[in-house]
Amino acid sequence: MTIAVTLIACVTDAFALDIAFEVPSAGVTALLGPSGAGKTTVLRALAGLDRYDGTVIIDGEVWQDATRFVPPHRRRVGYVAQGVSLLPHLTVAGNLDYAARRARAGPFRRDDLIERTGIVHLLDRVPARLSSGEAQRVAIARALSGQPRLLLMDEPLANLDDAARTRLLAALADLFAEIAVPVLYVTHDAAEVERIAVRTVHLCAGRVVPNAIAV
Amino acid sequence: MNQVIATTVELAGVTTVLLLLIATPLAWWLARSRRWWKEIVAAVAALPLVLPPTVIGFYVLIALGPASPLMTLLHPFGVRTLAFTFEGLVIGSLFYSLPFAVQPLRTAFEGVGDRPLELAATMGAGPFDRFATVAVPLARRGFLSAAVLVFAHTVGEFGVVLMVGGGIPGRTEVLSTRIYSLVESMQFGVAHRIAAALVAFAFVALLGLLLVDRRIGLPRP
Repeated sequence: MTIAVTLIACVTDAFALDIAFEVPSAGVTALLGPSGAGKTTVLRALAGLDRYDGTVIIDGEVWQDATRFVPPHRRRVGYVAQGVSLLPHLTVAGNLDYAARRARAGPFRRDDLIERTGIVHLLDRVPARLSSGEAQRVAIARALSGQPRLLLMDEPLANLDDAARTRLLAALADLFAEIAVPVLYVTHDAAEVERIAVRTVHLCAGRVVPNAIAV
Repeated sequence: MNQVIATTVELAGVTTVLLLLIATPLAWWLARSRRWWKEIVAAVAALPLVLPPTVIGFYVLIALGPASPLMTLLHPFGVRTLAFTFEGLVIGSLFYSLPFAVQPLRTAFEGVGDRPLELAATMGAGPFDRFATVAVPLARRGFLSAAVLVFAHTVGEFGVVLMVGGGIPGRTEVLSTRIYSLVESMQFGVAHRIAAALVAFAFVALLGLLLVDRRIGLPRP
């Protein structure tokens, strides 16, 4: 079972994407590379938020090819964006429920997610009243409460101070060791990759660095 | 007088409800579409802001008259004209107050941004679901502004309602046209009381809008 991605696009006048990689759909795959390498572009294309030429095939199910494009609400992805990735008009509990109400049956139980991510004391707060670290914990719980078949995380530790980053990284490592959902994890930090990823796809200037899909 | 107040409030209420229903999809499209010609549509929707009310009233009167193509279509249903009727007043008010609904709603929808809608999509929400459960709640200030402005503006309109309704007592007479007829008959005292009441109403409506807008703009604890 694999995640197979081929994307070709002229994203802006100064940035072209020409990417092809195929990785096992298990464990954490890090998309590593410097700013502007195309990591977020790939993640957004996988989520169906942007459409480029190419193919996206997850475990044999075609999400995108020349003739079809599965819209984002039918892809069953969990998406943790960089910065705030919560619905601002809902409380923490409301965000979790929003995803859960639209999800199919799955392995993640609400109470268990709340406990694992340590957000039980935040349930009645709105996102504007959360710290960056708290917001990311909630975003992770929210993404998993949608029972995703693929979890996409875009630099979830960016914008956190060192202490919060260390705590959340440890929590993520524990979480990823327990869940069976494949994760694509965007970062430019090699230390994060070393801690949580089982393989790495190295991107640079819109291309996969040859021989850089490391396990 | 009670009949005039009732007609005025009913006209403003019906216009507000219908305009919110009509302007919401239009404002959403204007806020989200990337087509260049959407600004032509936006300019047409904003025309009542700069057109003399008598011009709007004149064309609506022609369109609702018995010889118009629109009314010809309605002849089989027993409708010969809507001029000088309450329904005609509503149609004229819809055109006249359209920008007062479209502008705040468009601004509010534009303020929602892409991020919340994209997040909702990744959580399994389809297009209408995203609109109803994300865009509308986040644009609630725009809905409040639109509702108050349309209601107050309709209560205060004169040129269109005089042209289309004729100010017929008991049928199409509203407060603004009553003031006009009172002044024509030199009854300045009564005219003054109605005018002062309308000033007070407009002030309270706008003050209430500002206070409530400020309150719902704050994050909840």
